[in-house]
Amino acid sequence: MSIEIRDTAKNFGDFVALADINLSIPSGGLTALLGPSGGGKSTLLRIIAGLETPDSGTVEIDGVDATNVPAQRRGVGFVFQHYAAFKHMSVAKNVAFGLEIRKQPKDEIAQRVADMLKLVHLSQFADRLPSQLSGGQRQRMALARALAIEPKVLLLDEPFGALDAKVRKELRDWLRRLHDEVHVTTVFVTHDQEEALEVADNIVVINNGRVEQVGTPDDLYDNPANEFVLSFLGPITTLGGAAIRPHDIEVVSPTVPDVVTGEIVRITRIGFEVRVVVQPFDTAGRPVDDQVTVTLTRSEARELGLTAGQRIGLRPREGSLIPAR
Amino acid sequence: MADTAIARRTRSFGRKTRGTYLRRSLVIIYLTMLVIWPVSLVAVETFSDGNSLTHALSDPAVTKAIWLTVQVTAWAVVINTVFGVIVSLLIVRYRFPGRRLYSTLLDLPLSVSPVVVGLALLLAYGPRDGFFGPALQDMGISIIFSTPGIVMATAFVSLPLVIRELVPILEEIGTDQELAARSLGAGPWQTFRRITLPSIKWALLYGVVLSLARSLGEFGAVKIVSGNISQRTQTATLVVEDKYLEFEQGTAYATAFLLTLIAVAALVVVTFLRPKEEQK
Amino acid sequence: MTSTTTNSPVGGVTDTADSGALRAENKSPRRRVKQSRHNLTRPAGIGLGITVVWFSLLVLIPLTLVIIQAVEGGWDNFTTTLSNPQTAAAIWLTVRQAFLVTVLNAVAGTLIAWVLVRDNFPGKRALEVIIDIPFALPTIVAGLVLLSTYGPRSPIGIDIANTEHSVFLALLFVTLPFVVRTVQPVLLELEPEVEEAAQSLGASKFQTWTKIVLPALVPAISAGATLAFARGISEYGSLVLLSGNLPFKSEVAAVRIFSYIENDNVGAAASVALVLLVVALIAIVILDLISRKVARRG
Repeated sequence: MSIEIRDTAKNFGDFVALADINLSIPSGGLTALLGPSGGGKSTLLRIIAGLETPDSGTVEIDGVDATNVPAQRRGVGFVFQHYAAFKHMSVAKNVAFGLEIRKQPKDEIAQRVADMLKLVHLSQFADRLPSQLSGGQRQRMALARALAIEPKVLLLDEPFGALDAKVRKELRDWLRRLHDEVHVTTVFVTHDQEEALEVADNIVVINNGRVEQVGTPDDLYDNPANEFVLSFLGPITTLGGAAIRPHDIEVVSPTVPDVVTGEIVRITRIGFEVRVVVQPFDTAGRPVDDQVTVTLTRSEARELGLTAGQRIGLRPREGSLIPAR
Repeated sequence: MADTAIARRTRSFGRKTRGTYLRRSLVIIYLTMLVIWPVSLVAVETFSDGNSLTHALSDPAVTKAIWLTVQVTAWAVVINTVFGVIVSLLIVRYRFPGRRLYSTLLDLPLSVSPVVVGLALLLAYGPRDGFFGPALQDMGISIIFSTPGIVMATAFVSLPLVIRELVPILEEIGTDQELAARSLGAGPWQTFRRITLPSIKWALLYGVVLSLARSLGEFGAVKIVSGNISQRTQTATLVVEDKYLEFEQGTAYATAFLLTLIAVAALVVVTFLRPKEEQK
Repeated sequence: MTSTTTNSPVGGVTDTADSGALRAENKSPRRRVKQSRHNLTRPAGIGLGITVVWFSLLVLIPLTLVIIQAVEGGWDNFTTTLSNPQTAAAIWLTVRQAFLVTVLNAVAGTLIAWVLVRDNFPGKRALEVIIDIPFALPTIVAGLVLLSTYGPRSPIGIDIANTEHSVFLALLFVTLPFVVRTVQPVLLELEPEVEEAAQSLGASKFQTWTKIVLPALVPAISAGATLAFARGISEYGSLVLLSGNLPFKSEVAAVRIFSYIENDNVGAAASVALVLLVVALIAIVILDLISRKVARRG
């Protein structure tokens, strides 16, 4: 069930939320819409769901033009950041809602609800009210509710944004596994690059209402189309005037030819990583440019025996790519 | 996050359908017929024959009643403000047996008929057969058919208003700041004056203005306990009834107009107090 | 924040109790832990003592005396008073009209709250003020303004003075804010996403309203309706000029109490008052139950 978005634009008053988007989302994949807040990614998702009407352009779901089909009849599952739980209904009733609207037979509904709750590991909470669940459990309920109607596509708007770091990580892995089980075309919005890189098959980077780049996580990370994508996906530093990832810098002896030389300002250990901040010098030994951040593994750092104040040489690692401008 | 949520809210509700206009029109028509038009007619009636207002203000029955109302309102508001602040702090900040019952009973005056309030005070403080009345009479204190009784009746009916404004705010601000102030060496009074009071002042003012409006307008309870003696125990609302029944309708409307003016002014004040508080 | 007034003179009960209970659940484990029966400091204890004494002298003892007066004359006195056809008619009229007004309020109040929260138009803030006018306006003035609009001198020729309808109209006026002000904050809290979720699950606008929005509002509507009903049955000031107080026709319970007092028949006055008190108490209890239920649901 692929999604085709053609020439879609949306303004809110003077604010351009989406400027002429063309995008094709493949069937069965797990696609992330990634970008900074206010970049238009949620608006795009809401347009796909029919919760927002585009000013121009079309949305095609599974080969059918859905632009003028209301949300109610689009057959799209939508999961909201803040769960949007039906507070007065039990967990089971929440999940059953879409099926009851469709007036399916009672026993079928019961069966489907039981299956869904099992899928999201909430079977023992069927009779609880949403207020009696944790945030992570509520979001799983919302997912079960969206999946119960067997949607053509599943859309998730910052689904883990309201959860704390640990639960977020668990749910992320779990969503990946769930998707491998269910195979429904899934699109989720996130501003967290780590989340997108870890979970998605495909990433669409959206900024200022435009698509910056579309590709697999590896593509985007290794071959960013522009500096925005480079800087948005992963950490970045400058070496000799060019943008580069901190872990793509090699520390060598200052005597090695064609390297940037500098003095170590500070060494910080963060978990398994060691972050080394270096002040580069010109050939005359005067400080130049901004400080460079280099990320090393602990064992690398130990091998090199670095200390603050030490003079070292820096150069890009082999195979590290500087983005096409 | 909050910004986008609000943006989204206005977005999706920004769509105006035919139903939107239908509902809006219904509401405006309903409120016009029920409130706006009738209330505006008071002004029309007052100014239709020119000098009703000056005529009313030169009538000693009216001026003395207004002066009594001002005094009674001042007393009732002061009493209820002090009482309200203390009770709100007790209910929110302390735990004691009967706390839940106390806070439920505090709402009682809003649900009791003004006439029953009058009757209750009469039964307690009536000079002849009141429970405390004769004893107080012997001490030379008369409550019913004099100002203290009117103050009590007025304080009774507006009693919960300050409390109802303060309790939610006190609950919301919690005790963190107060505890911090105490740990820095502030005494209970300093803590209240410098920490608690500034954060509740708008809610307090709101409650006070509401009490004021309610106190000025009390009628039924006051009618019973005051004896309704012209120029002595007659309040402004009692004058409105009296003058209307005596076919001095111009005076009745003029007095009603003054009361309406104060009520509407009070509402406008509180409406403009609100946003200020929210912006903080 | 939005500019809508969420707090109001009359609507505080449910949301206050609601948020209070929620808060207790969320962040004060203190409440759940077994604790000593009180944590009053000495000044707080003195403060409590003084306020309880004042509250008793002003409210509790006088109201108790009403009850004592009513039951003192024995069951007979009570039944005699209430079986007086004129009194019975007055009570019946009051309860009936208050009930009808409450039903209309439940519908109109919800509609008004909906428009105030969800619609946006010039003059909306003015409507916010207008909703509270019946609360702030002296009741006698309320009666007078309604009389000049819908009385013998009505500019549109509708004269309902001295009829049963005048009772309905007066009660409708004075109870206007209750449902609006209890429903409004709940409606503001209602996330639009919840309605969108229902839509994306296939619900029509009507289904979203009946299955999602209405159930969320019901506790607030019934809380507001309870307040309106309690206010309605006890109304006096707005009726004295408008209804004409005609026995068997437009005389309400509060007017009846007043005439008993004037005729020095405090026993009978207390009996009728007791009926009103009991109804008011029932209303408070219902209100309390509702707000607790809502608080539990979160």
